Amino acid sequence: MNGFALLPAEIAAPTVEFRALAPVLLVLAAACLGILAEAVVPRAHRFLVQVVLLVSSTVVSFGFLIANWRKGIGGPIAMGSIMLDGPTYFIWGSLLVLGLISLLVFAERKLGGGASAFAASAASVPGSVAESEASAARLEHTEVFPLALFALGGMMLFPASSDLITMFIALEVFSLPLYLMSGMARRRRLLSQEAALKYFLLGALSSAFFLFGVALLYAYSGSFDLSAINAAVSGPIYGRGLMLTGMALLGIGLLFKVGVVPFHSWTPDVYMGAPTPVTGFMAICTKFAAVGATLRVFYVAFGGERWNWQPMLAVLAVATMLLGALLGLTQNDIKRTLAYSSIAHAGFILTAIVGANAGTPTGQLTSVGSAMFYLVAYGFATIGSFAIITLVRNAGGEVNSISGWSGLGRKSPWLAGAFAFFMLSFAGIPLTGGFIGKWAVFASAWRGQYAWLVLTAVLLSLVAAYFYLRIVVVMFFGDAAAGVEIGNASAFTLVPVAICVAGVAVLGVAPGPLLDLASTAGTFLR
Amino acid sequence: MPMIPLETVAPVAATGLFSFAWLMIALPATGALLLLLVGKPLERIGHLIGSATVLGSFGVALVLFVQQLGLPAEARAISLPLYQWFTAGNWSINIGLLVDQMSILFALLITGVGGLIHIYSIGYMAHDERRRRFFGYLNLFVAAMLILVLADNYLVLFVGWEGVGLASYLLIGFWQHKPSAAAAAKKAFVMNRVGDLGMTMAIFAMLAMFGSSAFVDVNQHAEHLDPLWATIIGCLLLLGACGKSAQVPLQAWLLDAMEGPTPVSALIHAATMVTAGVYLVVRSHAIFAMSETASLAVVIVGTVTLLVGAWIGTSKDDIKKVLAGSTMSQIGYMMLAAGIGPDGYAFAIFHLLTHGAFKANMFLGAGSVMHGMNDDVNMRHYGNLARYLPITFITFGLGYLAIIGVPPLSGYFSKDHIIEAAFHASPVIGSLALIGAGVTAFYMTRLMLMTFLGAKRWPKSVHPHESPRVMTIPLMILAGLSVVAGLAMNGWIQEWLEPAIGSHPHEVEWLPTPVGMLTMLVVALGVAASWFVFGRSDIPATAPVSRNPIIIAGRNDLFGDAVNQALVVGPVGHLARGVVLADDKAIDGAVGTLVATLGGLSKQGRRTQTGFVRSYALTMVAGAAVVGLLLLLGQMA
Repeated sequence: MNGFALLPAEIAAPTVEFRALAPVLLVLAAACLGILAEAVVPRAHRFLVQVVLLVSSTVVSFGFLIANWRKGIGGPIAMGSIMLDGPTYFIWGSLLVLGLISLLVFAERKLGGGASAFAASAASVPGSVAESEASAARLEHTEVFPLALFALGGMMLFPASSDLITMFIALEVFSLPLYLMSGMARRRRLLSQEAALKYFLLGALSSAFFLFGVALLYAYSGSFDLSAINAAVSGPIYGRGLMLTGMALLGIGLLFKVGVVPFHSWTPDVYMGAPTPVTGFMAICTKFAAVGATLRVFYVAFGGERWNWQPMLAVLAVATMLLGALLGLTQNDIKRTLAYSSIAHAGFILTAIVGANAGTPTGQLTSVGSAMFYLVAYGFATIGSFAIITLVRNAGGEVNSISGWSGLGRKSPWLAGAFAFFMLSFAGIPLTGGFIGKWAVFASAWRGQYAWLVLTAVLLSLVAAYFYLRIVVVMFFGDAAAGVEIGNASAFTLVPVAICVAGVAVLGVAPGPLLDLASTAGTFLR
Repeated sequence: MPMIPLETVAPVAATGLFSFAWLMIALPATGALLLLLVGKPLERIGHLIGSATVLGSFGVALVLFVQQLGLPAEARAISLPLYQWFTAGNWSINIGLLVDQMSILFALLITGVGGLIHIYSIGYMAHDERRRRFFGYLNLFVAAMLILVLADNYLVLFVGWEGVGLASYLLIGFWQHKPSAAAAAKKAFVMNRVGDLGMTMAIFAMLAMFGSSAFVDVNQHAEHLDPLWATIIGCLLLLGACGKSAQVPLQAWLLDAMEGPTPVSALIHAATMVTAGVYLVVRSHAIFAMSETASLAVVIVGTVTLLVGAWIGTSKDDIKKVLAGSTMSQIGYMMLAAGIGPDGYAFAIFHLLTHGAFKANMFLGAGSVMHGMNDDVNMRHYGNLARYLPITFITFGLGYLAIIGVPPLSGYFSKDHIIEAAFHASPVIGSLALIGAGVTAFYMTRLMLMTFLGAKRWPKSVHPHESPRVMTIPLMILAGLSVVAGLAMNGWIQEWLEPAIGSHPHEVEWLPTPVGMLTMLVVALGVAASWFVFGRSDIPATAPVSRNPIIIAGRNDLFGDAVNQALVVGPVGHLARGVVLADDKAIDGAVGTLVATLGGLSKQGRRTQTGFVRSYALTMVAGAAVVGLLLLLGQMA
């Protein structure tokens, strides 16, 4: 906006629209309060305080969101650094709902015999005396709740940012807590810490790409503001190479977070090493925020350059779907399988982005709307399946090898049935939300004249269906694996599973309301 | 047979109490859900829940019936749209109920007789440890059967059609530990599939012809239907009806279905489900009115079946199989009446209702006998049971008098009308129906003589005893209905049904007509012949070897299974083996190669996932180069 003014004559106090920003501010405020609570609240009460903070902040925040949306509050806010438009509202709402459901699983303690899934003292060296002392003292890591809330707040900010600096800060706000949380598993701590370190190093590398892209784009357009970049792209003065390089580097930073091939390598290792509730949380919420930000950058800033980036993304989409589907075939670990599944799904979502076109009539589902719907459907199935993964255990904790899941259908028909239902949704079988989501993104790519991409995607989703169905077959037709039990869980795990089953079913049978909502919220403001 | 397009009255929208018609279905459906899904906690009260839902449903049906009685004739058909199921192109399929003069009678029969059978089953199944499940299945059946008769279009009807098929399968095979029961269930299911094929094809054809499957639309547009298509649709519907109603050539499953618990035989395989074919034909009257060929086919199927069923009934020693043959035969009468057209529709339904009462009565009576005889079904081991099971004897006896058509019991009125209408249609058909009545009297008398009269033939270890009250009271009620149902409905049912099915009411005779006299004579001859053969002398405890081809054919169900084996099972078996071979070699081979290729690629691909951050970072940097290259290519293109 004021990119060309080098030195402002006087510094005006920034205006902040508190009401409009309330959903994000409340989440961040609750995170700060949570940190404070760690300092002042006696240890015995911290867990309760944190859970209350978590639930109340997200619920109240969601209330504000709905009220603001109904009131029609919108447009650029916070000095133009945040854009409150349809996609922002939709993504915020989805993040709050999915975030709350996935964070409830963090609070499960009954399963581990009174201990949560997080290390008693994450700073202690694995296998050290300090660690065993911390376990013996039944210490608990309640810091994970404020960390998660910070991450959630950052994720909400990320896709809503309308300038690249805010977007970068949001990126770091949600990434840093995720790195930490990935390393906090109570069991298999070395694996978990390794995952955290890998995630951090590669994340830092991707941030470097991101920043480099931001710098080049500033050099090109003289502004961080997305609409200013768009103006510069539409009326180029000089340096198209600068713009294209900047776009590519920025794009890499974003696609890393989405988990698109060839920036996907972190996904399987981190998904496997992180504590399972954290995996569930980041599998959907990170992806949602990152897809939202990708959409905003490519649509708002580079909408005029569509002809340049669409073929590039189409190739990446094919590579992503192919690699996800193919490598998922031979995995033995259920979390790794789902990691590859998440890569394949990133590819399916990319097909919607590729389908971007200006011709969608008002009131119909845009490519943005279809991607968002897809993510909601995918989100319910993801949270639900990771929650169920926490339940399948033996004496040493979770059993993640697929062979250990053999015969689960006989031990617990309800949970195995729910898991099978999620797998069917991932595979895109009708009467599940996954089917409607796939249909929506494919329709979007089709309208965008990418019929060949749709055909490829359908074929590859067939390949992917194989490994989802393999898990179902193992669960229901395999001999019961010895020593593997369904853990005795509290409502913190079972309620999210039930909500997710209901969500996937409702989205599969009666997707109308959410599709309508996604259609009305499907256009970015510039 | 004169073919006149029929005028039926369009239904009016539901108001008031009729808006609650869905409760009739919802109650037993809820019962089934509770009993089958909640399971164990309801073990002790499952039978009470099951019976209560059906009785509640009966209450609703009764209230609606009384309401209808108070309405003028043209306002009695009530339609109750529930919701839109789906739309595709120009079609919209709505789910809705049609409570008209015909469907309410069916609803009363299903819930009324069904309720009594539920109560009876409390006693009959008292010692079965899976009684809760049994009641769950029974409720499922009642709900599906009500969907079938209350649907307002063929697609929803088909949902109920398949639902009763499923319930029938589950209940025939209820004692699944018996291989014979499991096989019988499978046989019933597979043979019904053949009929269902006809049914689905008929529905598709109707959708193609009329753009709708609603009864209202079909009735309205049938007048303009091409006669060839009317014949095709009619014959396809008939195929569906043959499957469900065990009519020749799809009759063979019904005799085996007697493997199910006796209340099941009474409810599903006598009183309600097997009559669904008759319902279907009468409901589709507008189609049959357009095709003489299809109507004639219905008449032929009905006539052949009524004779075949009666024939089988004469030579069986298993009491339930005699009754099963008799059921086939009686449904044959109904089909015959339905095929005659507007002159016969009302009589088909009339006979269906009276038959529902007296056949359920006799089946439950047979169950009561088996209950007292350690589940022995061989009549050659019975004899003189009238002394030991007096209530069963009297109720069964009333059913017997009703079925052979002794005035003024119910069967007399309903069957007599059919025979009369058959004579009007064609003397040949009429004579055959008359012969059937004589044979019916013959085999039913044989059953009575072998079971209740004569000398006792059971072994010492058996101690026949009367059944408990919970079983005998339903018997008494049903016996009462067998007696009065004919008198109650004779002068009324034609007028009542006319707006719904376009029947032509005739002045009914209360006193025997010449044909009626003739029928009574033939029946008397049948009874006398039976007494002559079975009543005078002792009955051997094992069936004597017979060289009489008629008896041999009867004992072997007229070789129905052999015909099926030769014509269908054998050739299809060869075909199936060929397909399996092709599947194994060609298709699985191709798929196997594909899978192996993909698996190999996957294994290669896994090597990229080294676990080293440095190689991951390198991948990213290489990826950045790829992205740059792609953009560059895009620029050049």
